[in-house]
This record gives sequence, C-alpha cells and structure tokens, in this order.
Amino acid sequence: MPKLQSAAELEKFRAEILASRDPAKPCIAVCAGAACDGMDSAAVAAAFVAEGGKLGDKIEVRTTGCHGYCEKGPNVVVTPGDICYFEVQPGDVPEIMAATLKGEVVERLVYQDPNTGAKAVHMHEVPFYKHQTRLLIGDNPKIDPMRIDDYLAVGGYAALVKALSEMSPVQVLDEVKKANLRGRGGGGFPAGSKWETTRNAPEKTKYVIVNGHEGESAAFMDRAMLTGNPHKVLEGLIIGAYAIGAQKGFMYTRHDMPLLTKHVRNALAQAKEYGLLGKNILGSGFDFECELHFDVGIFVSGESSALMRSIEGNPPEPRPKYIRTSVSGIWDKPSNLNNVETWANVPQIITRGADWFTSIGSEKSKGTKLISLSGNVVNSGVVEVPMGTPLRTLVFDIGGGVRDGKTLKAIHFGGAMGGSIPADLIDAPLDFDGMSKLGAPIGAGGLLLMDEDTDMVEVARYLMDFLVNESCGKCAPCREGMPQMLHILTNLTKGEGKPGDLERLEDLAEVTGLASLCALGKTSADPLKSMFRYFKPDYESRIAGGSAGK
Amino acid sequence: MSELTEIVLQIDGQEVKATAGMTVLQAAQQAGITIPTLCHHEKLEAFGGCRLCMVEVEVRGWKNYVVSCLYPVAKDIIVRTRSEKVDKIRKVLVEELMAHAPDAPELVKLAEEYGADRDRFERDASFCIVCGLCVRYCNEVKQKNAVGFIDNGARREISFIPEVAKEECWGCQECFAICPTSYAQAAYLLTEALAFPGQRKAPIHAIKPPEPVRRVIPIMPIAATT
Repeated sequence: MPKLQSAAELEKFRAEILASRDPAKPCIAVCAGAACDGMDSAAVAAAFVAEGGKLGDKIEVRTTGCHGYCEKGPNVVVTPGDICYFEVQPGDVPEIMAATLKGEVVERLVYQDPNTGAKAVHMHEVPFYKHQTRLLIGDNPKIDPMRIDDYLAVGGYAALVKALSEMSPVQVLDEVKKANLRGRGGGGFPAGSKWETTRNAPEKTKYVIVNGHEGESAAFMDRAMLTGNPHKVLEGLIIGAYAIGAQKGFMYTRHDMPLLTKHVRNALAQAKEYGLLGKNILGSGFDFECELHFDVGIFVSGESSALMRSIEGNPPEPRPKYIRTSVSGIWDKPSNLNNVETWANVPQIITRGADWFTSIGSEKSKGTKLISLSGNVVNSGVVEVPMGTPLRTLVFDIGGGVRDGKTLKAIHFGGAMGGSIPADLIDAPLDFDGMSKLGAPIGAGGLLLMDEDTDMVEVARYLMDFLVNESCGKCAPCREGMPQMLHILTNLTKGEGKPGDLERLEDLAEVTGLASLCALGKTSADPLKSMFRYFKPDYESRIAGGSAGK
Repeated sequence: MSELTEIVLQIDGQEVKATAGMTVLQAAQQAGITIPTLCHHEKLEAFGGCRLCMVEVEVRGWKNYVVSCLYPVAKDIIVRTRSEKVDKIRKVLVEELMAHAPDAPELVKLAEEYGADRDRFERDASFCIVCGLCVRYCNEVKQKNAVGFIDNGARREISFIPEVAKEECWGCQECFAICPTSYAQAAYLLTEALAFPGQRKAPIHAIKPPEPVRRVIPIMPIAATT
C-alpha cells in the first residue's frame, strides 16, 4: 500500500474499497469483545471460517470488536439486515450458514422476550438495542479492528480529511468548543477549553494523550471502544493534535489486555503506512507521530499527572495540579489529555458539525454517553444513550430490570470513586451535573445495579479494599486514611462495630477527601459519603451490634 | 535587569510581601508565621506528602484547601493558616500518623496543639510515617540513593539497599538526624545486621583504619518533655 499523499487520494482509495465490496453479499460478524471472547467466541468464529471455506466465496466472515450485548454472547450479527443471533455455539454454525445463504433466519437463535415470548430478529427490534443511540459503538459490528480498510469503508478518516483540507486549526478548535464536548473520563470538563489552554500555552512543543487506562471496577466501555474501533479514537487524536498544534501524541493504555494491545499497535502501524501518521499528513504540511505507552499496573496510573510521570519514565505518582497539565505536563510541556470516549467523539463533531452534536443530549451535557451496565441487571453490556436519558430507560428498557425478579435497592455510578443512590431516584436523567448533585457522579460511566439483598456496608468495604491496593502511597491522607476506613468497614461487616465508628468514618472520609493529593484519594470516600446520605440506617444498625441492616 | 516581581498577599489578616515563584509556605515563614510541616526540608524539593501544611486559600471568593509547601503565591489571595477545617485536617492526619509512631516527639507536640487523640485509630506500629525525608535527602543532597521507597499504598515503606548502604551509610548517617521517628536509623541497623554484619565500610576520609569499637550513633532524644 503506497502512502496516501492527499485528501483526493484518500477519497479515491475509499471509493475503490467500496466498489470492491458487494453490499448484498452476506457478512457474518462474530463478536470478539471481552465477554464474548470469554465465552469462546473464537471457536464460533473458527467454525464460521471453516464452514465458509466449504462454500467458496459466497459469505464473508468477520471477527469484530464488542457489539454491546455481553449478557447474551457469543454475539453474531448477519448483514444485510442486521439479524442478531445470541449465545451462538460452534454447533449452530452450519445452520446459520445455510439459512443465510437462503436469505432465511434461524428462529431458535434470535432474541425472545423472557416475559411475552415475542421474538425480535433485527437489531433495531431487540429491546437492548432499540432504546440506544449508538453513534460511537454502532460501527463495531461492521469493523474488523485489524483492518483499516473496514474503517475507511464506513467513512473513517473523512473528518480528518475535512479538518486538514477545509478548516484551520482554530476553526477545528472552535467547532469542538461550540459542540460543548465534555470530557468523558469522569470530570466532565469542557474538552474545547482544555484544548485551547494547551494551544495557547507559550511553550512550542505540545503533546496530546489518549487516556486508555480504564481500571475502575464495573467500567468496560473504553475497552470496548478502543479494542473494537481503534482508528476512530486515533482519528480524533490526530484532529485534536492539529487543532492544538501538537506534533507528538501518546496512547496510554493497560499492559494486561492482549487484544487491545494488538489492535492499537496494529492501528498505529497501518495509519503510518497509509500516511495518516508521520510527516506532511495527506499533503497538508501537518506532521504528527503517535507512540503507544503502557502502564505499570496500578490504578493511579490513570490519574492524569501520574500518567504523564509514567510516560516520562518515572514512577506513576500524581503531582499537585496547581499548574495545570494542559500548561505544564509531560517534561513540563503543555499536554492535553482526554479519555478514549472523548477523542472518539471528535470525528463526528467535525463531519456533522457542532449544531448537530448539540441537538443530542441534555441542556448542559451534549452527545451520547457509553455506559457499562452490570451488577444485578438482566442485560449486562456496553450501552450508548443520549445524555439526559432517564436512568429508568437504562435500567429497565435496556437493562431489562433486576435479575431474578428482585427489587432494585440502589444504583451505583462511577466505581470505587463514585456513589450510590436509592431506587426511588430512578427517574433522574443521566447528566454530569445532575448526577453529581445527587452524589452519584457518572464518572467514566460504570453503572452497577444492586438488588434488595445488597449489603451496602459490604459494598463500601469492597470498593475501599480495591482502592487501598491501588493508592501510590505518596500522601498521608490517602495512604493512611483509606486503610483505616477499610479497617472500620471490615469490622462493621463482621458485626464488630464499636461506638464511635461512624464518627471516625465521617472524619476519615472528610479529611481524606479534603487533603489528598490526587483524585484517587480525594474521591475515595465518595461511595461512603453517598451511603451516609441515603443508606445511613444500614450502617447504624451495625453499631448496635446486630448483623441486621440489609 | 528589572526587579523581581513583588506580590502582595494576605496571610492570617496580615499583608505579606513575597516574590513571584515563592510558595505560600515560604512567604509565611518569611513573615514569621508558623505553618506545621513534617515532610518539608529546606534543602529538598517540596514534596507535598504529609499534607500537614494545608491552609485555606481564598481566590476571588472561592475557598480551597491547598498544601502551602507547593502552592505558589499570587496577587491578592487570602490565606488562612488556621481555621476549623484546617485544624481538623491536621488533627486527623496526626491521629493517623500516631497509629504508627505514637511517641514520636514531633507528633506528640502536634497532637497537643491540635487536640489529636493518639489512640483514635487502629495501631500499626511500623514507626515509619513515610515522610520520605531520608529517601529524598539521600537522593537529592547526597546523591547516593542508599535508601528508597518500596511497594505502594499502605504497604509503602522505606528500605535501605544493602549493596549501596554497605558502602555509603556508615560514613554519612545524616538521614538519622532528620528522621522524625528514628525509624531510618533502625531500618539501617536492621539492614546491616541482616545483609552485611560487621562488613560496613569506614568513612572514605578516615586516615586510620576503622576503630574496632562501635561508634556511638547519634540518637534523637526520645520523649523530649521540655
């Protein structure tokens, strides 16, 4: 493949790819996302490939990233028509192949409503998908993450072409600012303002970074995005670098996810080969390189200043941000960091415009949000909905409600640094500010459902136990405060609570929150604070000595 | 050369002059205002680990709690070195650290000042409060790196590296005196006893061969009750 020298060459190449593909030719997409992979979707894919071989070239088989419906994996989607088959086993393969060739559907493998028995064949009819707006993750079933041509075939890198050939860096920046894209990593900080700070910082050398260090419990949406469609994230990053004036970028991610590593490494190599990374990208005069960087295995590596220390080759210890990293980050140079989902939003904002983007979502939170749905929910998986969607839609319409016919007790957002709200707040909209006010900030988007049997003290203990092991230990309140909280919570769960324990917990929570150096410590007691707000009787009853308090 | 930019800020109701680039802690010390610290040392880069020097800073009406050893001075900021919240932070931090070193003189003094209860939290008598003074002094001033941090979170501790300590420490021992709990000294002696008993190297500048009798090691006064 020769390097693409201009926007016109890229569009010509895209046209060739599309011309070589027959949209009427059946294609079988086998999900190889984390959950399906765990259910040996690889064996299913291998069976399809073997069966396809016998049939000549009549059916295409594609291994893809996460489709979303993890609960019912291994997932298979047949195009045209987006026919969804669930819990597919290698033994089902010949039947699916035969039916597909005849343009028929294997009825026994399609979705069936557990209550009414009604069947749903096509993706847009399946309740789990029906209520979603899949702008970011919707392409996953159409793409083999190892093939850049698949991304080009769905319109990939068109936004980069537009930005480089029709827009100035400032125009790109203005579009993102106008779109009011807010950081998806947890803070909800306006990405455009952050970009502008980095752009305007006097230092000439600037960096852009993808924070792909997703490590929080019950969060698996960034992994689905980056593993399933790495080029979308990379395209966003290149456009951001152009707007900011950075010539070097980093993808920082976990070392312990082999598939993710493989896909990202391959995507970077392919983009370089095609001339989408490197010198004079598409003849625009813009140079940009991107390096892949791995963590050293602790959660705090994902904290922005610790992450930058790690890229420098130092231990991942956070540093105070009295001077922002967007002004002084990696090697004291202005460094703009956004998370995977934030970058993935950039291409569509450029292609379809800020006005389109702001037409989706709530008043102050625009666009869609990826959510990982898990816990005591009927349908676990990766979900994408417009901001402002009521939690009820997420939990009941998409999630199918609480497992085993039980009652909902609490909804927990944001993992170990998030919060729990009681079931009666289920009509609250999914919104950065609104959810923060309720005490369950969206965080990166991990939603955990808890049923009536959940012991809230045990939940707090579990989450604290996770964080204690992930702290770096530099600052006293985090290093000392969290183990003390864990100790008291552990005693409470054992029914060994002592008078004064709740006051001790409250003091520890307050001081750890106020005095810790970085966000890990500062928010470590947030779950506890939310439980004191909504579930205090669960805690008080443990002090009285009994083991009740469910 | 123009003059260094002078910045006027307010600390505890007092107008304080400072120069750009100074920290709030430096400005306060210059004005004779005391802010407690544990991990701070004038010869070392500010660390921001113990968090005892936290103060309340008001910027354009917004109150925030920051570590004064790192927070840069700025025009017209209002700093309060004591407030109900600041005192509570210090009290709880001292209580947490006393779980490790209940009799460390500096902690005992701070506990009196802020009304900290040394028995409030579960004891873990490691005696080290992980201020990192020894580690950073050895690295930044002595440039020997004979002592370092190992592990993370609550398991973080200081540890002498036997190969380096054997060569460097006996002739130095400067970290013993700056350690607030005497743990640095204990950790060194333990390393010696375990890894190279009797094999320590004499100071490089010694003319005579090392004396056969053990030298007296300077020890911090324990429970200074003056």
